[in-house]
Amino acid sequence: MTNAVSVAQVYEWLGDVPDPEIPVLSILDLGIVRDVSIGDTVTVTLTPTYSGCPATEVIEQSVLLALKGHGLDDVAVNRVLAPPWTTDWITESGRDKLRQYGIAPPSRRREIACPQCESLQTELVSEFGSTACKSSWRCKDCLEPFEYFKCL
Amino acid sequence: MTSDETRIAYTLRLADNALVLAQRMVETVAAEPELEEELANANFALDYIGQARMLYTHAGVLEGKGRSEDDFAFLRDEHEFRNFLLLEQPNVHFGDALVRQFLFETWYLHLLEALIACSDRGLSEIAARAIKEVKYHSRHSSQWLVRLGDGTELSHERVQASLDDAWRYTGEMFAADDIDVAFQRDFDGPDLATIHRLWQRDIEKTAAEATLRLPESEWMMSGGKQGRHSEHLGFLLAEMQYLPRSFPGATW
Repeated sequence: MTNAVSVAQVYEWLGDVPDPEIPVLSILDLGIVRDVSIGDTVTVTLTPTYSGCPATEVIEQSVLLALKGHGLDDVAVNRVLAPPWTTDWITESGRDKLRQYGIAPPSRRREIACPQCESLQTELVSEFGSTACKSSWRCKDCLEPFEYFKCL
Repeated sequence: MTSDETRIAYTLRLADNALVLAQRMVETVAAEPELEEELANANFALDYIGQARMLYTHAGVLEGKGRSEDDFAFLRDEHEFRNFLLLEQPNVHFGDALVRQFLFETWYLHLLEALIACSDRGLSEIAARAIKEVKYHSRHSSQWLVRLGDGTELSHERVQASLDDAWRYTGEMFAADDIDVAFQRDFDGPDLATIHRLWQRDIEKTAAEATLRLPESEWMMSGGKQGRHSEHLGFLLAEMQYLPRSFPGATW
């Protein structure tokens, strides 16, 4: 009986599905869950972060597995492109988790704070980092290198 | 040509551009001059593959014959591909590959901008998604053009030669044929004359900063958009399509 479950319950379960590239973030923190609807089928609507993000399919599989693991039989994932994902959809708690993980969260400010020591004395090492969404930085105070999650 | 045929053909051209360019970029994986470049190039190629997948899927849905993204990518022959000649040219050296990216991405950015406003919903959504990525790719290729052009005497000389060589392939990006005209008319599609002006303005600005001279030659190669390719595409496809053709239906 899939329709015995509530939307809030499904969201709670989705909060345990990690982003495979930054596993401290759940897909809810990342802001890619666009909708949950419950009818005969429980449908989760997701949007990709980047067109070429190799995690898109893994995330879709993880969502299906997670919900099936909670006893839902009839589940589906729907992919939408519009409106395109933006880093503005990363939640506040997601930003905190990024910082604790050592990645500076996206910021509209000009200075990027070091996630280790919070210093604003930082410099860009490479605009094109390990994944399309990140650039490489260095803190001039604590001297630690760090990654910055770019605004998109 | 019906209006559905027009938008399928138009979509496939965009998809083929993205896929063929991605395949050329993938060839340089593990051969880039430095680690940062290695990562940037591979991540950009992934974006283009992602865009190609969305575009092929869209074309398949419009066509309604059950062709998948893989069918379009792996089971069509050379003459069925409609990508620009520019994109299938071999990488040769870093400067050649870079100039190709720069000339194409400057065009693509303006094309996507215009495509967001077209009346085909699928293409408009894909364009809105893709433009965010291409803005960032284009920043990368422009920065490199300036670094090489305004770099050492040798880097200047080599990248100027790359630009002179690639120039003859830029004409077909702006030469509107029946499909471009019909897509513009029926779906509020991009106007290539406008895009040409914007492209010219942008590359003049970057070339000036890079101390490079834009070639004056007006003679242009064409044919890619109509399926008449240079000899290079066949080799590219042979490598890319080898596995699905040798082991039809193979899955991971």
